[in-house]
Amino acid sequence: MGTFESFILLLDSTVRLSMPLLFAALAGLYSERSGVFDIGLEGKMLAAAFAAAAIGALAGNVWLGLLAGIAVSVGLALVHGFACITARGNQIVSGVAINFLAAGLTALIGHAYFSQGGRTPRLENEARFLPIEWPGAEQLADVPFLGPIYEELISGHNLLVYLGFVMVAVTWFVIFRTRFGLRLRAVGENPAAVDTAGISVTLMRYQAVIICGVLCGLAGAYLSTAQSASFVPNMSAGKGFIALAALIFAKWKPVPVLYACLLFGFLDALGIRLQGYEFPGIGEVPVQLIQALPYILTVVLLAGFIGKAEPPKAGGVPYVKER
Amino acid sequence: MIKTFLATAALGALLTVPAVAQDTNPAVVYDLGGRFDESFNQAAYTGAEAFMAETGVEYADFEIQNDSQREQALRNFARRGHDPIIAIGFSHGSAVETVSQEFPDTRFAIVDMVVDQPNVRSIVFKDHEGSYLVGVLAALASESDTVGFVGGMDIPLIRRFACGYAEGVLSVNPEADVLSAMTGTTGAAWNDPVRGGEITQSHVSAGADVVFHAAGGTGIGVLQAAADAGILGIGVDSNQNGLQPGSVLTSMLKRVDVAVQDAFTDAMNDEWTNGFEVLGLAEGGVDWALDDNNRGLITPEMEAAVAAAREAIIAGEVVVHDYMADNTCPATDG
Repeated sequence: MGTFESFILLLDSTVRLSMPLLFAALAGLYSERSGVFDIGLEGKMLAAAFAAAAIGALAGNVWLGLLAGIAVSVGLALVHGFACITARGNQIVSGVAINFLAAGLTALIGHAYFSQGGRTPRLENEARFLPIEWPGAEQLADVPFLGPIYEELISGHNLLVYLGFVMVAVTWFVIFRTRFGLRLRAVGENPAAVDTAGISVTLMRYQAVIICGVLCGLAGAYLSTAQSASFVPNMSAGKGFIALAALIFAKWKPVPVLYACLLFGFLDALGIRLQGYEFPGIGEVPVQLIQALPYILTVVLLAGFIGKAEPPKAGGVPYVKER
Repeated sequence: MIKTFLATAALGALLTVPAVAQDTNPAVVYDLGGRFDESFNQAAYTGAEAFMAETGVEYADFEIQNDSQREQALRNFARRGHDPIIAIGFSHGSAVETVSQEFPDTRFAIVDMVVDQPNVRSIVFKDHEGSYLVGVLAALASESDTVGFVGGMDIPLIRRFACGYAEGVLSVNPEADVLSAMTGTTGAAWNDPVRGGEITQSHVSAGADVVFHAAGGTGIGVLQAAADAGILGIGVDSNQNGLQPGSVLTSMLKRVDVAVQDAFTDAMNDEWTNGFEVLGLAEGGVDWALDDNNRGLITPEMEAAVAAAREAIIAGEVVVHDYMADNTCPATDG
């Protein structure tokens, strides 16, 4: 196989691996832009992955699974919202609590109900998001250069992957070109001003938190019903936190979020493929080093290249009307 | 008629079981991944269940959730008078070492690890021999002359699988490419089907059309990805042929079930032995799986070839290299 084809396949794998990060990072973007920090992305994603796989397995329908995933994730988002917005609790504590809750509850319920050590039964194909072959992909595969790009990179992903890319554009439009987006940003920067203008800070923040829940639901459903075919305890494996890093990395902007997530996905895909690869002049590099590579690069990039990341000014602070 | 039979059976049970139950009160501690991982731990569970079905003696078991529970679980069982106590998995090594000294009168066993204590039976398998056999099958089934291996955590035990497999593949087709990748370097690598699937896809795109996994719960993702890509997977530890019927070429059986059942039975019959127990092909400790799910995939030639390899290993004509003996793998290093 030529270098070019290998590279295309590497990018293909990058797209698959970065999708859960992208959904979760966009989820965090809405929430944090409105001034509600959310380190519970991981937990919401995990709970959604479980719900999607469990309902998908029971109902045998991918859409019911997706809906269940979103519903559970929104439910947890509302808990977070209630704690942070209405009860004015500490946003970090609430987020951590949601992570613990999700990790424990999914394993417990899964174990009690399916008796497979917390795993859910394997999903039939009807209950999964399967790759979609674009028209003409097979025929065009032999066209040099463009053929492989079209066949491997553009065609052959599942619906959620395409939705993920669309969501980046939608998010950009919503945040920067709509009245809702303007208010959302304002509520995260200076809630008192928004309040003075006669807009409810509480309502704005609840809306943001609900959107965050929906997107985390998509991330979770992607993990368990598109990327794999069952739920496994702790399958989110820290992706929620990496998404959070990507969000900070991208300075809370939708298009840079896409790049950051693709970068993390790329490093992950590279780590998988470089194992056992003989570098010219160096020889085989130990697995441990290859697998640490994404983290090393992240630290280097974070420390050296992106400059200062400024969070929304009112982030993490519950809004209290002056009395 | 049936009533009399049942009554007799019940009477028989009443007469025999209590006498036995007093001295045997076995317990199992599973490794991370849990009792129903459809792989390594489940094999142990199957063995314990078989023992219970046969003798009527109940057993206790525990699924650890994190590393710190290993010692606690073993100690709790020992304190409650369970005997023998079997720890499943090499990660229990230091815990068994510690607890077996605290309870010198309790009999312990550990699978996949050697613990040198007077009251411990160490059960190790010749994984390389079983891997060699599935390697032979993989090489014969492969049309692209490229096969893959997905390991769980990067430890010598798993490299032993990889090495035996590569040796088996190359014995049939010296020109074949054996791709090999490990899922990770921590315990999480046993339970990451998403990553397992992604590694499998990378093998598929590099041309592999048979992929063998030795990765516990991660392997579920490997077999899934293999089935999705229309290539063949090979299961491990338990018979995984039924996980993706028609897409699993075979499974390398590691008879942890037999080892567990034997250990319990030996304890019950006062035939318990401490020390080493090495189970290879000759002892029936490892093998390959053939059942209705994969019969269509195994041609008579393949069956003959693997039977020949099996005989040769048992007779000692073929010695499969054990990676753990010297931490090298001549099949892939050379």
